[in-house]
Formats: sequence, C-alpha cells, structure tokens
Amino acid sequence: MYAQMVESEASNDDPEKLAEFQARIDADIKIEPKDWMPQGYRKTLIRQIGQHAHSEIVGQLPEGNWITRAPTLQRKAILLAKVQDEAGHGLYLYCAAETLGVSRDEITEMLLDGRMKYSSIFNYPTLNWADIGAVGWLVDGAAIMNQVPLQRTSYGPYSRAMIRICKEESFHQRQGYDAIRKMAEGTPEQRKMAQDAMNRFWYPSLMMFGPSDKDSVHSAQSMAWKIKINTNDELRQKFVDQTVPQAEYLGLTIPDPDLTWNEERGHYDFSEPDWSEFFDVIKGNGPCNVDRLAARNKAWDDGKWVRDGLLAHARKKQAGNLAAE
Amino acid sequence: MNTEWPLWEIFIRGQHGMSHRHVGSLHAPDAEMAIKNARDVYTRRNEGVSIWVVEANNISASSPSDKGPLYEPSESKVYRHPTFFDIPEEVGAM
Repeated sequence: MYAQMVESEASNDDPEKLAEFQARIDADIKIEPKDWMPQGYRKTLIRQIGQHAHSEIVGQLPEGNWITRAPTLQRKAILLAKVQDEAGHGLYLYCAAETLGVSRDEITEMLLDGRMKYSSIFNYPTLNWADIGAVGWLVDGAAIMNQVPLQRTSYGPYSRAMIRICKEESFHQRQGYDAIRKMAEGTPEQRKMAQDAMNRFWYPSLMMFGPSDKDSVHSAQSMAWKIKINTNDELRQKFVDQTVPQAEYLGLTIPDPDLTWNEERGHYDFSEPDWSEFFDVIKGNGPCNVDRLAARNKAWDDGKWVRDGLLAHARKKQAGNLAAE
Repeated sequence: MNTEWPLWEIFIRGQHGMSHRHVGSLHAPDAEMAIKNARDVYTRRNEGVSIWVVEANNISASSPSDKGPLYEPSESKVYRHPTFFDIPEEVGAM
C-alpha cells in the first residue's frame, strides 16, 4: 500500500450535516470537490492522496537508478516507459489532492521538508538488475492489491485517478515478473541474483500494507468514509496468497520457513515482517531515506530557474498580447 | 508573487467522431506547454486524437446547492420521453 498509517482526523461538524454526508457515502454516491464535506474527511484525504502521490514520485528513484544500465535496449525502453508512468500517476494524484484546497507547491514542500511521508518501500536500495524485476513484480503487485479496491473510494477525483492508474499498473507488474523470470530461468548466477532480490524485497513488500489490524488505530473512521476499503491484514493475506504460486512457478523460495498452506482457512499462513524495522524506516532511518529526500530537494531546487523562466516568459507574452489588442 | 504555474483542465477526443471529454488537469505556464504536458500525461497509450486545454479559472460551474432548482423541474415532465406515449401495435414502429 502506498499510503501507510494515515491518521484519520476527528470532525467537529454539525451532526445533522455529518449524518447526511454519511448517508450519501453509504448509498455509494460520490463526493465531489464543491460538495460539503467534514473537515476531517478533507484533511485525512489530503494526507492520504498526498502520501500516495509522493510515493509515485519518490518511487521513480530506485528504478531510475537502473535505466542507464538495463541489460538490453528493449528492457531500457520498457523501464523508461514504466518510470514515466509513475510520474504520470503522481500527477493524477496531486491534481486530485489539489481539488481539496491544498496547492501543488504546498504539498510538494511538505514532502521536501519531511512533514509528509511516502511509502516505506522506497527507502530500500535497488542493488542490481534483479531488483528491478522484484520491484515490478512484488512492489507493484502489492500496490495493485490496494489500488484496485480504491477505484471505488467515495471521493470522485481520487476514484477517477485510481481508475486511470489501475489501467496502467498491470503493465508494471507484468514487466517486472517477465524480467525476473528471465533471470530465474537463466544461468546459476542469474538465478542466485533473482533469489537474492526476492529475499530482500519480500518482507519490505509485506510492510507496504501497514501495521497489523490490531495496531491500526485509524482504520475505522477511514473505512466508514470509504477512503480505505479493506483492512491492512486482509490485503496482506491476499497478496501472499497471490504471490506464492507465482514464486513457485519461478522456482524461487519465499524467505519464510513458516510459510504453509492452511487448508482450514483456505489461505497461506506466513510470518509477520519485523515491525520494529518498519517503524524505524518510517521514522527516517531506512537505508535510503536521506538519499531519497536529498534527490527530491535537489530536483526541486535545480528546476527553480526553469519554472520561473517559463512563467516569466508566459506573463511577458500575455502582456504583449494585451498591449497589441 | 505567486510563482506556481496555473492549473489547466484537459479535454481529449478519444477517437475520431467522439466529443472531447474531461480527463483531468495539470499545471503549465501557458497553453502551448499545457498541450505538450497533456500529451505526456494523458495520451501515453494512444488515448487521443485531439487535445483541448482550458485554464481552470476560466471555467464557471454550477454549484451543488443549485441542484434542486436546476434539475428538479425536468423530473415532472415525463411526457418528454417517447415511452410516455402508447402507440397501438397495429401502427407499427414509430
């Protein structure tokens, strides 16, 4: 999940309006930007959509790292297209957040100075080409689990952004699986690299869904508002159930000795990730937190003259047109 | 002074013969750049044959609270729909 531990805000609104609002959500009528909404709904959504958007943008960094070193021209073109999609996904989501009254600059600055988060997963490094396959297969696979139900979320612009994103996301996962399959079916060294990537990305991928339901204090309100559709544990289970056969096909071993099929539940039993590592990464102590934020800050600062220059040019041209009229 | 690029609403004609449809928005310094950005953001997979861009602050919209006065009058005029009228079977298709 690209949005983790999003706090729900309490609302101090008129109870009558609140009841009307909830009735609308219960009837599956979408909320649109100009409609009345509780302050808490607005604030929680800005936080959630913003975090999601930031994740798409920061998520370009670990993959962009390998564009120049892709093993073939075709893999390079595919990875370029994939990373460009991520930029697009970030833009759809930023625009959805902006309809709630936050400006693009404000929300960008909140990422840059650390007030807003992005998904913990992007604080792990991509050490070799096999990692690019693992990211597409596992990380995008985990993201899809969460994004598909969010197409039905109650806020219209968010729902429409998710529909566009989901259309493109399946390409991401399939290209990743295709890349890692090539390695799993390759030389013994390549196989070893594929297994090593799986070993390093398995638990961080499970963490993407956020803490266990019993520790998830903000879920109830968000679920009532339909900005969260499934619980963290439901989605995590679904992801494990889906991924195990895919790994088996590749002949890769999931790095969990306790992973077993539970006939009675009809699901796999599996080990929880190390949650202390998760909270540590969220706090800023993951292997790449500092690099990621530094890269985003550098891009923003280095791009300032371009943003300013184009705006100055547009204003000058407009003034010229007015004078000529 | 605000240095944020203005917001543009993007409309795309999906295929020949269809109307332009709102697909989303983006920031750009001027109309020309808005069209270029719209091409990258909204037509990466052949989704369009034509793009319109309109600066968002030039759009006027009806307000949700006007819903009643604007749309309720048409609810009581069922005779505007062809199915309101019974045509005898003998007359044939009409």
